[in-house]
Amino acid sequence: MSVVIRFSGDSGDGMQLVGNLFSESAAFAGYGVFTFPDYPAEVRAPQGTVAGVSGFQVHFDSQIVAHEGDKCSVFVAMNPAALVAHRKYAAATAMVLLDSDNFTKESVAKLGYDIETIVAELNMTECNIVEAPITQMTLDAVAEFGLDRKSALKCRNMVVLGITLGMYDISTEYAEKFLIKKFGAKSELVCNANIAALHAGENYAKNTHLVGENQMKAEKNVLSKGVYRSINGNQAVAWGFIAAAERSGRPLFCGSYPITPATGILEELAKHKALGVKTVQAEDEIAGICTAIGASFGGSLAVTTTSGPGLALKSEALGLAVMAQIPLVVVDVQRGGPSTGLPTKSEQADLLQAMYGRNGDSPLVVLTAHSPADCFDKAFMAAKIALERMMPVVLLTDGNLANGTEPWRVKRVSDMPTITPPIVSREELAAKAECFNERGLFNPYSTNENSARYWAIPGAEGLEHRLGGLEKQPTTGVISYSPADHAAMGALRAERVARVAEMVPQISVEGGDSGELLVLAWGSNAGKVREAVMQLVAEGVDVAYVTIDLVNPLQSGVKESVARFNRVLVCESNSGQFASYLRSVTAHGNIRSMASMEAKPFEVEHLKKAILSNLNMN
Amino acid sequence: MAKREYTPNDFRNGNAVKWCAGCGDHAIFNSVLKALPEVAERLDIPREQFAFISGIGCSSRFVYYMNTYGFHTIHGRAAAIATGLKTARPDLSVWVCSGDGDSLAIGGNHFIHACRRNIDLNLLLFNNEIYGLTKGQYSPTSKLGKVTKTSPFGTIEEPFSPAVLAIGAKASFVARTIDMELELTKDVLVAGACHKGMAVTEALVNCVIFNHKTHADYAESKAIREERTIRLVHDEKMLFGANKEKGLVLDGLHLKVVTVGEDGYTIDDVLTHDAHTEDTALHTMLASMRYPEYPVAVGIIRDVERPTYDSEVTRQIDEQQQREPNKCSDDLFFGGETWEVK
Repeated sequence: MSVVIRFSGDSGDGMQLVGNLFSESAAFAGYGVFTFPDYPAEVRAPQGTVAGVSGFQVHFDSQIVAHEGDKCSVFVAMNPAALVAHRKYAAATAMVLLDSDNFTKESVAKLGYDIETIVAELNMTECNIVEAPITQMTLDAVAEFGLDRKSALKCRNMVVLGITLGMYDISTEYAEKFLIKKFGAKSELVCNANIAALHAGENYAKNTHLVGENQMKAEKNVLSKGVYRSINGNQAVAWGFIAAAERSGRPLFCGSYPITPATGILEELAKHKALGVKTVQAEDEIAGICTAIGASFGGSLAVTTTSGPGLALKSEALGLAVMAQIPLVVVDVQRGGPSTGLPTKSEQADLLQAMYGRNGDSPLVVLTAHSPADCFDKAFMAAKIALERMMPVVLLTDGNLANGTEPWRVKRVSDMPTITPPIVSREELAAKAECFNERGLFNPYSTNENSARYWAIPGAEGLEHRLGGLEKQPTTGVISYSPADHAAMGALRAERVARVAEMVPQISVEGGDSGELLVLAWGSNAGKVREAVMQLVAEGVDVAYVTIDLVNPLQSGVKESVARFNRVLVCESNSGQFASYLRSVTAHGNIRSMASMEAKPFEVEHLKKAILSNLNMN
Repeated sequence: MAKREYTPNDFRNGNAVKWCAGCGDHAIFNSVLKALPEVAERLDIPREQFAFISGIGCSSRFVYYMNTYGFHTIHGRAAAIATGLKTARPDLSVWVCSGDGDSLAIGGNHFIHACRRNIDLNLLLFNNEIYGLTKGQYSPTSKLGKVTKTSPFGTIEEPFSPAVLAIGAKASFVARTIDMELELTKDVLVAGACHKGMAVTEALVNCVIFNHKTHADYAESKAIREERTIRLVHDEKMLFGANKEKGLVLDGLHLKVVTVGEDGYTIDDVLTHDAHTEDTALHTMLASMRYPEYPVAVGIIRDVERPTYDSEVTRQIDEQQQREPNKCSDDLFFGGETWEVK
């Protein structure tokens, strides 16, 4: 039985820090963890208001955890606004830890509730409500350090951390080390006050025998040996590109325009000038991709990062990259749509835009990541495909992946796959007659054994050439509108994409090779859908599960596996886009869709019911 | 310094040039071919370090005739693509071939931001005041009232002056030339290509099919150009006319055309061109001059030094690499908050 804790408070209450430290302490103690921050959309909403509530959810277990969990079993509310705003995320019987000092007649009335009846009004009578005087505890704990009241109150979050760690008997060692590192050099006083608050909270939990729901023990570390760090999807994408740049020997260039929830990738890359990373904050989304295309023409590993509205703006330039065979990675961190839509909510509704959202037959590779740490591997893989096959790749992540964190086993770049772009010099091509025309000039669309255009980078003597968006003859690149040339180039563009399937490992089906129902998921839903299926498998239900990472070309093994099941169910956060795509590329007659258009994460319990009902109905 | 011995023909690839007979683009093409050997020598770079980037339009076909690296891209985006190329590869001489529609309509945003950033590009803006490739619709530089296929009753839009816009957007080098002035075109292009920063050269070109003689009033013949244009040269008096008898003076806050020796004006009253001044006021006034009130200014209007975007990117990277020498990805990944499972 896993535990989901939600920390909720004012934006200034330090809930993100508590959440991160709790999850890292739990991971350090050997638990599996997954976290999800829930920031308010407003930048600085007034204190004590519902709009200003900031939350952080931690899911931990004595086994690997692949999602942020359903409703929380422990709900920490630092003030009445937090209780009201995030009540909906708490289970009916959750343990609710309140800072009782903040629940006054007045503060509750400000939100339109009566202090006597708020619990009933919020339908929380079944909850186990623990009223802890967190504010007073903090002031008492740090009294000896002589901090002013404002500074003293900043330690409240450490009391909360101490209480919650104490509830699950998780050591405060990791948190103490962090505090010493963070404050030690700057202010011993602040450092010691925070540690004192941490211990005060821990002692409170022990002394009052406060025991969290679903006690468990991490008998042995759920993680395999190695060095770990907590990573979110945006950071993982950025680092995947950094690794790919080093592995390929190509300088990394990112041209992007800020857009929620993708901006974190540009921000992360902008930090790493010491690694030679060049970033351009472009004047618009179009310039974002166009600067990247220019940098790619110049020999860089070029990427551009965006979300759905930005992908729409980039579509013409993306077509140019298809046409001119330009290596490029476009990251679409999907949010809810259409139009400006729901910028801070996550959806998977850009799939068909990525697939088809360009003029003409313009196929490209669409790759997806299924967890925050997987974003590292998929960014690396996207770069490898782009650079080795000389083509644009769209990498789909989403807001949940971007902001969710999980432990990532740190990889050495030398342990990553090699990346070998088809860079050429005149000397290397000299023996290949087809690479030059009758005047001895380089044929810019001559290709290697992988159907990849030879990459002649400006500066390479004797390989001067012109690329462009007009249709052309194969190999020579001479502009041509002839029916035969257009057909030949169209077939080549399709074949180039199809061949990428050989670069991505084939799917692995869990729960049985054949049977009644195969459940498919992709992207950030994969963790929850897999768990729902695995729980059912353990209960003896005839169901199997598979994660899809490569959408176009369709990942190897999908067609064959789907054919071995009577029914197929695709679970995704859109109107059923992958399901309809799958129907168009397989002959299977019973592909069903469990589609959610609520722009909120699935819940495991809900998924299990939906899967069972799909098994029961004809 | 290695001698770069190229001839104009070394820079053309031999493809048949497909502009209309009489199109001003032919003249610009020849001027560019003449400029390139000189640029290669002055910058000391070989042919393979030249890249020509174009958008869409008649002018953008330019790259297909060049024997350099080239990229014929999409409408309006050449400046953005060139910005990425130059940022990634400061060692290249990056040229942009664009038109009035490409740079000022669909690509206006990229044009002004390239100027503002002062990225080291050499942007050649062919201004024929019409959409040629789409066969005769008005452009953002078409003269007010111009009758075209999409303005059958005359345009009702005030046109842009490309040079004025470039100065307003903080381009550090702004020049204007006329298709038939081959030497002038070559000279300003060499100067623009060797200038460190955003160099915009507006070329007044004739579209023989859809906008014939649009520049004829001030550009038709050598005699007309002498009387109706003024060639600006840094540190020289602003004089024009067949015998350089006319000059520009400042009358209050406005420019005024005078005849030296008449109405009490002497040569001392005539302004001296300072292309290097930071102040954009007089440069804007000069670029704004329109015939018949004024002569049309040609030559190098503005040529100032300020840090370029690409060199600043390089500077920041150098600084950070000096702070953390030989940093590699592993240092980043294994640094900071980590824990080990044994």
